[in-house]
Amino acid sequence: MDGQASFDAAIATDQRIEPRDWMPEAYRRTLVRQIAQHAHSEIIGMQPEGNWITRAPSLRRKAILMAKVQDEAGHGLYLYSAAETLGVSRDQLMDLLHAGKQKYSSIFNYPAVTWADMGAIGWLVDGAAIMNQVPLCRCSYGPYARAMIRICKEESFHQRQGFEILHTLSRGTEAQHAMAQDAVDRWWWPSLMMFGPPDDQSAHTAQSMAWNIKRHTNDELRQKFVDMCVPQAEVLGLTLPDPDLRWNEATRHWDFGPVDWDELARVIKGDGPANRKRMEHKLRAHAEGAWVREAAAAYAAKRRDREAAA
Amino acid sequence: MSGREPSAGWPLWEVFVRARRGLSHNHVGSLHAPDAEMALRNARDVYTRRQEGVSIWVVPADAITASSPDEKDPFFDPAGDKVYRHPTFYDVPGGVQM
Amino acid sequence: MTADLVAYAQRLGDDALVLAQRLGEWSSRAPELEEDVALTNIGLDLLGQARALLSYAGEVEGAGRDEDDLAYLREEREFTNCLLVEQPNDDFGATIARQLYFSTYQLELYQALRGSADQTLAAVAAKAAKEVAYHRDHATMWTLRLGDGTEESHARMRDGLERLWPYAGELFEADEVVQRLAAAGTAADPASLRDGWDRHLDATLAEATLARPDGRWLPGTGRRGVHSEHMGYLLAELQYLHRLHPGARW
Repeated sequence: MDGQASFDAAIATDQRIEPRDWMPEAYRRTLVRQIAQHAHSEIIGMQPEGNWITRAPSLRRKAILMAKVQDEAGHGLYLYSAAETLGVSRDQLMDLLHAGKQKYSSIFNYPAVTWADMGAIGWLVDGAAIMNQVPLCRCSYGPYARAMIRICKEESFHQRQGFEILHTLSRGTEAQHAMAQDAVDRWWWPSLMMFGPPDDQSAHTAQSMAWNIKRHTNDELRQKFVDMCVPQAEVLGLTLPDPDLRWNEATRHWDFGPVDWDELARVIKGDGPANRKRMEHKLRAHAEGAWVREAAAAYAAKRRDREAAA
Repeated sequence: MSGREPSAGWPLWEVFVRARRGLSHNHVGSLHAPDAEMALRNARDVYTRRQEGVSIWVVPADAITASSPDEKDPFFDPAGDKVYRHPTFYDVPGGVQM
Repeated sequence: MTADLVAYAQRLGDDALVLAQRLGEWSSRAPELEEDVALTNIGLDLLGQARALLSYAGEVEGAGRDEDDLAYLREEREFTNCLLVEQPNDDFGATIARQLYFSTYQLELYQALRGSADQTLAAVAAKAAKEVAYHRDHATMWTLRLGDGTEESHARMRDGLERLWPYAGELFEADEVVQRLAAAGTAADPASLRDGWDRHLDATLAEATLARPDGRWLPGTGRRGVHSEHMGYLLAELQYLHRLHPGARW
């Protein structure tokens, strides 16, 4: 059986494609881009939350937040690992991110303005991410699927802790309740945008689904997310900023209002409120760390030379 | 090239972990480190979150010779090859969309 | 004796809390992703130690103060951490220098405290000793790589060691509180920790091709609550949100 036939057979029977298997170049390129951008998102995502570590209002919250942000670094690492099985190095992927040639989830271009944003990000942003990620555990590409399984296992506590933060704030003082409501008001619509453009405007969906990379369309996942969040918002005692939210008895789903796709386009293009800050932060950390990375490499080289000479 | 990272300086390591009550080491992923000692430390931090009683192996990726029992590609050398089909660290020409 | 125990637990807790706070600042800023995870791990360990020790201090004090009351509602003059841990991160070299000095000290401290007459301190120390053994190894590994890496890393590591050297002395000072507790077998006599600290430091610096700084040590003031000017800023960031909403739960 030639490579293409093997590949097609594997896809047709929902089997895994592994690094040593033949794969269409377009499949490989799509995966490199998707996995890399997923990894970049985890790393950039450390920033809005990492900001609040030093200001967390209790030691327990500080510890939980540190652990969460650390998980995100770990997730980035697992994903870069998976991407590297496709013939690129992490350095190359970083260069592409730094040059603006690869992107990260535009949700992280919004600023984390108050402590309550930690709750909203956990509940909504991680909630949306989980909705996207669970199907990826069955992605056709083995290393990506395995990385996602590992990530999903660790992710469950992230959404719960966000929900818990909001729950406590909502039932706290008036000021705390207002803080929680304000955060939800700002993060709701951007979270819906995390599922990408509407199906009729999404160029990549069809091919990704044919390759068993993507299992559900953007709109399907977005609807699922809304349906999940509405009752949760009620438990939280908070409202969602959508006057058009209405239960549809016929479809058994929650109808929701129009998403501002122009805003999504602007933020993706680089005009989001925190785009510049995210990239500058990343670039600066990378630049300031160069001497450290070089030192470690130099030391290793010296040791090798000494051992060789010995 | 100025500013270009010496990627050879922090090469790729594959990580294998045997859980506390496990029977064998399983491949859990990879990481970059400048030497074996740091690779081991980083593997502990990243892949085991420093659980006790866990055994870790780290191996430079290019030290591994691999073969798969039912090779799907007949053009692969059945005697064994790199862990990954595609050569790592090859140069992507500038401007190529990745 | 109770007041002494409270003061001692608070002192150890404050050391851990302030250093955890400094390490938290490295999140998303470390030189490499793997190192980001490593520094946060160390920070989490220290935060765990701080919570255990401050909780204990509040318990023994018996005035109803918990770990958050102690962390968020005391002022500069009430914190009794050493000045070393409140120094700013500066660059990675200074951060590693601070880690080398402090984690080497903490390992000696906790190993000694495993034998404390106070059961709680002994238990905290038993767990913490394993954690800080790792912290010391991490600092040692990096000291070697920075000291014996490139010219630039050597210079930065050397600068970090020299800038922080004056604060090392405070780690080995014993005031009356600690003298009484040491006599009772509860605390570790700081002077007794010096030998082990010197030996590890000397061996590490020698292998790293770094010279041991030879400046004078500043007399300690942190145990009396007299801090550097950095402390006010550190506390402002740590405490402001909690203080803004008195009595609120988070």
